[in-house]
Amino acid sequence: MPIYKFLVHNKTDDPRGDGLLKDAHALGFLHLKSIQVRNLYFVEGQLSQEELQQLALKLLSDPVTQTIAWEEISAPPTPPEPDSVILEVSLRPGVTDPVAAEIVRAAHELGINGVRRAATGQQFILYFDPSVSQSDSIRLSASISATLLANPVIQHWKIGSIEPSFPEEAESSGQVETITIRNLSDDELLALSKDRRAALDLAEMQAIRAYCQKENRDLTDVEFETIAQTWSEHCVHKTFKAKIEISNWVIGNYQSPSTNYPQTIDSLIKTYLKSATDKINAPWVISAFVDNAGIIDFDEEFEISFKAETHNHPSAIEPFGGANTGVGGVIRDILGVSAKPIANTDVLCFGKQNVSFDELPEGVLHPKRIMSGVVAGVQDYGNKIGIPTVNGAILFDEGYAANPLVFCGCVGIAPKGLHRKNPQVGDRVVVLGGRTGRDGLRGATFSSMTMDAQTGEVAGASVQIGDPIVEKGLIDVITRARDLRLYNDITDCGAGGLSSAVGEMASNIGCNVELKKVKLKYPGLAPWEIWLSEAQERMVLAVAPENIPALQELCDTFDTELTDIGEITGEHRLIVRYNDYPVVDMDNDFLHEGIPQRQLKAEIREQRVENSSDSAQITTEPISNHLISTYLLSLLSHPNIASKSSVIRIYDHEIQGGTVVKPLTGIEADAPSDATVLKPFGTKGMKGIVLSNGINPEYGKRNAYHMAFAVIDEAIRNAVAVGADPERIAILDNFCWGDPKRPETLGSLVEAARGCHDAALLFRTPFISGKDSLNNEYLGTDGQRHAIPPTLLISALGIMDDITKAVTMDLKETGNAIYLVGNFAPVFGGSHFDTTIDESIPQVSEITPQVYKALHNAINAGLIRSAHDLSEGGLAVAAAEMCIGGRLGLDITPPLTTRDLFGETTGCLLVEVSPANTARFEETFKDLPLKRLGQVIADPILKLNETTITVEDLTIAFNTPI
Amino acid sequence: MKPQTLIIQAHGTNRDYDVAEALTLAGADPHPVPLNDLRAGKKRFADYQMLVVAGGFSYADSLGAGKLLALDLNSYFNEEISAFVESGKPVIGICNGFQALVKSGILPGESPSPGGRGARGEGATLTFNQQGHFECRWVTLKPVSQHCIWTKDLKTIIECPVAHGEGNFQINNQQQITNYLSPDQIALTYVHPDGSPANGEYPANPNGSMLDIAGICNPQGNVLGLMPHPENHIYPHQHPQWTRGVKGNSGLALFKNGVRYASQV
Repeated sequence: MPIYKFLVHNKTDDPRGDGLLKDAHALGFLHLKSIQVRNLYFVEGQLSQEELQQLALKLLSDPVTQTIAWEEISAPPTPPEPDSVILEVSLRPGVTDPVAAEIVRAAHELGINGVRRAATGQQFILYFDPSVSQSDSIRLSASISATLLANPVIQHWKIGSIEPSFPEEAESSGQVETITIRNLSDDELLALSKDRRAALDLAEMQAIRAYCQKENRDLTDVEFETIAQTWSEHCVHKTFKAKIEISNWVIGNYQSPSTNYPQTIDSLIKTYLKSATDKINAPWVISAFVDNAGIIDFDEEFEISFKAETHNHPSAIEPFGGANTGVGGVIRDILGVSAKPIANTDVLCFGKQNVSFDELPEGVLHPKRIMSGVVAGVQDYGNKIGIPTVNGAILFDEGYAANPLVFCGCVGIAPKGLHRKNPQVGDRVVVLGGRTGRDGLRGATFSSMTMDAQTGEVAGASVQIGDPIVEKGLIDVITRARDLRLYNDITDCGAGGLSSAVGEMASNIGCNVELKKVKLKYPGLAPWEIWLSEAQERMVLAVAPENIPALQELCDTFDTELTDIGEITGEHRLIVRYNDYPVVDMDNDFLHEGIPQRQLKAEIREQRVENSSDSAQITTEPISNHLISTYLLSLLSHPNIASKSSVIRIYDHEIQGGTVVKPLTGIEADAPSDATVLKPFGTKGMKGIVLSNGINPEYGKRNAYHMAFAVIDEAIRNAVAVGADPERIAILDNFCWGDPKRPETLGSLVEAARGCHDAALLFRTPFISGKDSLNNEYLGTDGQRHAIPPTLLISALGIMDDITKAVTMDLKETGNAIYLVGNFAPVFGGSHFDTTIDESIPQVSEITPQVYKALHNAINAGLIRSAHDLSEGGLAVAAAEMCIGGRLGLDITPPLTTRDLFGETTGCLLVEVSPANTARFEETFKDLPLKRLGQVIADPILKLNETTITVEDLTIAFNTPI
Repeated sequence: MKPQTLIIQAHGTNRDYDVAEALTLAGADPHPVPLNDLRAGKKRFADYQMLVVAGGFSYADSLGAGKLLALDLNSYFNEEISAFVESGKPVIGICNGFQALVKSGILPGESPSPGGRGARGEGATLTFNQQGHFECRWVTLKPVSQHCIWTKDLKTIIECPVAHGEGNFQINNQQQITNYLSPDQIALTYVHPDGSPANGEYPANPNGSMLDIAGICNPQGNVLGLMPHPENHIYPHQHPQWTRGVKGNSGLALFKNGVRYASQV
């Protein structure tokens, strides 16, 4: 059947080409003069000239701004102009191509029924300097393609004309292998684990062998893969549940630990995280650690859920798809607690953007490309599905070059009492949403391994491309099905795919499912691939048979596919068939309880806490005036501190109409808010929720215990600054660490978990959910390991009774007083002022919770006009940001040292109080650390000691990241 | 009686509930209806007094924002929508809805003479923002047209967010704007916060639209399309400067105008 190729290009400007040219130059391809980008469509079918023209003008191009040409694909390609190279890119077979599907559907809608299949791609025309020879231009083009234009994980590219690959109608291959395990030696067990990329250790493989011996049989490949996924670090958190032997204090440069450790810790989750929540026992926590997301009370009618996930490994090899599906995945967690998603958060950690290629390990994408892909991926999913992206952070550190971190969070709201987790015998097991392909195979085990130069190639199939509109359909169907009480259980299809979702649903009851019924994207999937596929946008529900017709009707209305794949049985076995032939028949107990507890060793190295006298002296000396300005402006331009507006503004943070305190604030909306306040759509009264976060890898590198304290404090401080009630804040933990099999790595993880416990108790702030991503390491071809800095993200969810009391950080009015509240103890360890100063990192004072309580009372009494927390860059940066927010000046009267200005502390904020309220305000802070620093002035200058810096200079520096 | 208002929910519409809230406040009775229910005949256009094509990413913006929804409107509902428009009932398309109205030819629309709508459908478009990417920020709008029933008699500026990547209004560059739009079809323009013309300056004009066009109406004045989201500024605390004492809900006036008019038709 003929295939037609359509080529679309812009009549005038080509912003995509201009953007790519800039990126190519930034990556060092300076001989490239320009790039033109053209959309490429392939359409297969018997089509008349008139139909081709109709397709071209009505569907594939915008006649006002674009021109389009087409030809049958057998025609010889047009030769390129002498100084240019034509290069074409299209998707690999099996990669989701939603646009292609829309072309076929829309062509039929236009009455062009001869269209059979479609595919999409891009054509690039690269022009080089005349000095570049033709062979060099081809070599350069190949290299530009590999680093910028195409990602081999999902795309193929060719110089000249590319052949499209079309999606096919699908039939499974039906092949099932038997894996002999009973008689394997220990070495052979390990070889098998490695061979199938199962990431199982010897003890776990031995447990599987024992099960086979007991049942007197071997396993099918489907069973083996099911166990590997169910037992993966990603799914069961082996490290956090391990028995950890604290083996060894390292003294020397380090002090012995200040606390008496137990000899062994039996599960970090139980010992430090769940136990903190249990001890706090907050009555407003509805669900902690058991569901897909944590849930707290909102008001009489509603509950709020919150979850944050990471999608690090996938984002390292395919940044757009990795981040895109990271967002999609955490939204499904919220759907998994029957809630409507109302806000997304994203915290991103990248390598330094100006690193040269030579400094990167082989096989690693450039951090610039990772960042632009990740940000585009977050934007695409959140904006299209219609959920505001309202809170986040972006950090840069060379430790993230090979292992970027992508934390995606989602908040949901649901009427109380409608979420059900109670499958009944006889319920149908139903899959809703997208079709199943080979995408994302073994994602759970993949994310549990160290990456190396080959990872991109072998794990290519681990990357998924999302389809947010399909997931939008899931939201529409599930929230209505919930209200109609159409299902008895619901869970998302995430890591491990159906094996994990169905397995979990049936874990206390049993089920019998038929894989042949699962709808596929294309042919040739083996049963184990169907069972394990991590194809996106799928949810699994247990539905009473009499409710199926009503659910089907909802699905039809919202263009969502429903597939009935089996039933809940009550036999306490997981039975999976393919074409009626049993491919899994396993005991629930073994699958869910049979994993042996990991035994690990940790070595605690606690950094010394006393400060060296030299640094203390240097930094308490008076500071010369011109240095204040130099230091402050350069801190404001530091990539970690400078404005993130170029990212924030490409996320829709206004949709759903509830964003009351926005991520950017102030008179020109260009100053950074401490936290976001939302008034959820459809709620009565003036209650709101507050979202904030705390993260600090610089502290993590130095002292994990105090880092955990500091980031919990930071998240709470940010929330309180805008008006959250400190007694109604819940937090999430996300640990991203290196390989926990290394005792010192595990040691810092233990310390961080212990810090989480102690800080949560100090603030009476319960954990409601958490997640860990370990093995964030990259093994270079030179054998060198590249591990991330120990990174803990704390995401806070607060409640405020009256959003009209919310406070923003921009200075409001001339003549108002500025106070510093909190225990001000600035230090330089891990500070952005100078990371090389050998000091401890900031520690949290026990008085801090009382400070926050007093501040909250003052906010509720209407005494606070603006508040901003002291964080990276210290007091001077906080003051500068407040000036930027209000375009007003600030006269700070007490003389300040370098340490006062730029040292970092916990537990402190700057607050603005009108003269009429200073007495009442000071009374509120009676017996608490409080210092009056100066006042707001109309002249737009920041006065520190004898120096004045104009607000205009501050604004320019803040808006110009270096 | 409150005007019964149909809000079309296409595959990927996502500001349907935002606009429903605005319409409720403005005194209408909004009904979000899935496009499939309209196709199946479960609901009929003729039963409503007002029509809203809401914002979102219908069909994920595949092949151009609003394009495939426009195809649906023309393929499935051509007669119903023509009748609705010709009856003079108010119609509003916001963001993706505006894109769909333009790409279907309903806007700028044909003057009520032989030839019917759609004839000029290929003359105007909403294309990629001049900045080259999606952007979410607050803008200031000046209601211009006294002919458009939605903007008529609005004396004060409207502040509200934009959130789009393809909102740059352009016409075929070989043509004169007057071939497409009479001056009173320019309903809303982007202005500086002080009300002075944006003159194409970013960010007051956030996307590079010609003549700072933020919204246009059909020749009859009952169909309005606009890129910004007045439905996201209907409460004072939605304004980015409410903590600085700014009191606003200036997006609501537009919907009140539409509702008032719908009650009279």
